[in-house]
Amino acid sequence: MKSGWLLRVLTNALGVLLALFFLLPLLWFVFAPFNERATLSVRIPEAFSLHNFEVVLNNDTAIRSLVQNSLLISGGVMILTALIATLAAYGFSRGSLPGRSIITYVLLLFSSVVTGTASLVPIFVLIYNIGMFNTYQGVILTLVGGMLPTSIFIMRDFIDSLPRSYEEAAMVSGASSLQIVRDIVFPTLRPGVLVVAVLAFVNGWGAFLTPLILIRNAAMRPAAIAFYQFYSDEGTPNIPLISAYAVLYTLPVLILYLIINARYGFRFFGGIKQ
Amino acid sequence: MQRRTTLSRPMSLAFISPAFLLVALFLIYPFFSIFSMSFTNQALTGAAARNPQYVGLDNYANLFDVDTWMTRGEFGSSLWITTQFVFGSALIGQAGLGMLIALLFFRRRDLVRHVVYTLAIVAWITPDVVIGFAWFAFLDPTQGTLNNILSIFGVPAQDWLLQYPLLSVIVFNTWRGTAFSMLLFTSALNSISPSYLETSQVIGASRWQQFRDILFPMLQTTIATDLILITLWTFNTFTPYLLTGGGPSYQTELMSIYTYRIGLQRFEFGRGSAVAVTVMLINLLLASIYLFISRTRKTR
Repeated sequence: MKSGWLLRVLTNALGVLLALFFLLPLLWFVFAPFNERATLSVRIPEAFSLHNFEVVLNNDTAIRSLVQNSLLISGGVMILTALIATLAAYGFSRGSLPGRSIITYVLLLFSSVVTGTASLVPIFVLIYNIGMFNTYQGVILTLVGGMLPTSIFIMRDFIDSLPRSYEEAAMVSGASSLQIVRDIVFPTLRPGVLVVAVLAFVNGWGAFLTPLILIRNAAMRPAAIAFYQFYSDEGTPNIPLISAYAVLYTLPVLILYLIINARYGFRFFGGIKQ
Repeated sequence: MQRRTTLSRPMSLAFISPAFLLVALFLIYPFFSIFSMSFTNQALTGAAARNPQYVGLDNYANLFDVDTWMTRGEFGSSLWITTQFVFGSALIGQAGLGMLIALLFFRRRDLVRHVVYTLAIVAWITPDVVIGFAWFAFLDPTQGTLNNILSIFGVPAQDWLLQYPLLSVIVFNTWRGTAFSMLLFTSALNSISPSYLETSQVIGASRWQQFRDILFPMLQTTIATDLILITLWTFNTFTPYLLTGGGPSYQTELMSIYTYRIGLQRFEFGRGSAVAVTVMLINLLLASIYLFISRTRKTR
């Protein structure tokens, strides 16, 4: 074909444009953190420096938000979601409840209906009334509640594809249901639990709106909100420090996601499995 | 044959109960409680906090008041802004760009593809706050990367967020969310049997004919699924708030931001609930369409 090379050049040119479209807004984060005098423009620093990171690491409030508050919230969300979703998915998959596939499906849809700021209006009132305002438990439980339907949906797929013979063998030798879950289901389901746990962790780590609304105490706020540490009283951002803090805050989720993506691919992103 | 069960019914109920409790508390209860709250004047502080009054349909009448509702910062105006936002950034932006990328790199495994996919995914998974700041820097009128690049081509500097606020958040949200549609379309395209395309090539079909007569019909349900899901997500997204705060003068105040301002900044729970009810009913409608599509697809 004569037009073959022209088409190839055109598609590659378009590909490069698309790559630039996605890259340019992020490019700033590649250089600014290493530039003591970073501005909002993308500039290769004259002197490569770790000074910004040094200052950020010495800011106790910011670091406590990152390694204590954020970790506490996303760790809590991760453990509870993985545990509760696995139990529920196992109950749905191996039990004999009527209409269980409809139930998981309707729950999944319901979680996309009761979402965002609209759901936080009644949740705020609820959390306030049961005395969980300004507590980590309030934030964690709210996030877990929102994540459970998707997580159960994903876990059910994993469990449904698991052969029952191990469990039956264990039953014959007299193991209890809880023992079966602990000693057989959890270990054989490790990939599924891992995917659900990582999704939950990343979700809790990135959560901005829920902790913003449910936690008023500045010392308890997670990193997503602690960015305001680096604004002056007049609201001017300290650009070099923000860029360094953003890198420290983003790297964990980026690494986790890329690992999961490399190992399990897209199937599980967003909980949509065709 | 009866399905084998390894769990007794009480045991499986026990396994489900923690999940049921949390879902009931944080998904089902909120959904129903806002209906009753939307008929009151409940608030966080003041007399209405201690003793909320039943106000009937006042909150709704207020939202849908034809005289004021299209004023900037009011319900109707926000709904209209959201509609444009969903059309621009989800239906045209994310789905269009996602399809373009999926088709462009169909059956290719080279460096360009790898770079585009990785960058799109990074844009998608980086936390909201960071993305908000990245775009704030990108669009800055004096130092921003966008203006710096455009100046090379002789385009004068613009204050994007001031002059083109809605367009800016539309492009922002397209950039942010394209990865989902891209990945969904890519996996759907890969599941189409190569023999169809090979046959059509033999009989001399053009690329456009291949897309129109083979790929598109086979992708129809995937496209429908994608459109409904991203509409639902885009309709509820709060992320643009981190870029514009809903401004300038409410020009980017999406429904999510409007709900936030009424219900969670001013703590007018009654009116905020009326807004939330409306939002959730729209969500419910979208979700039902999704359910309907995926059901008919399964039975086919």
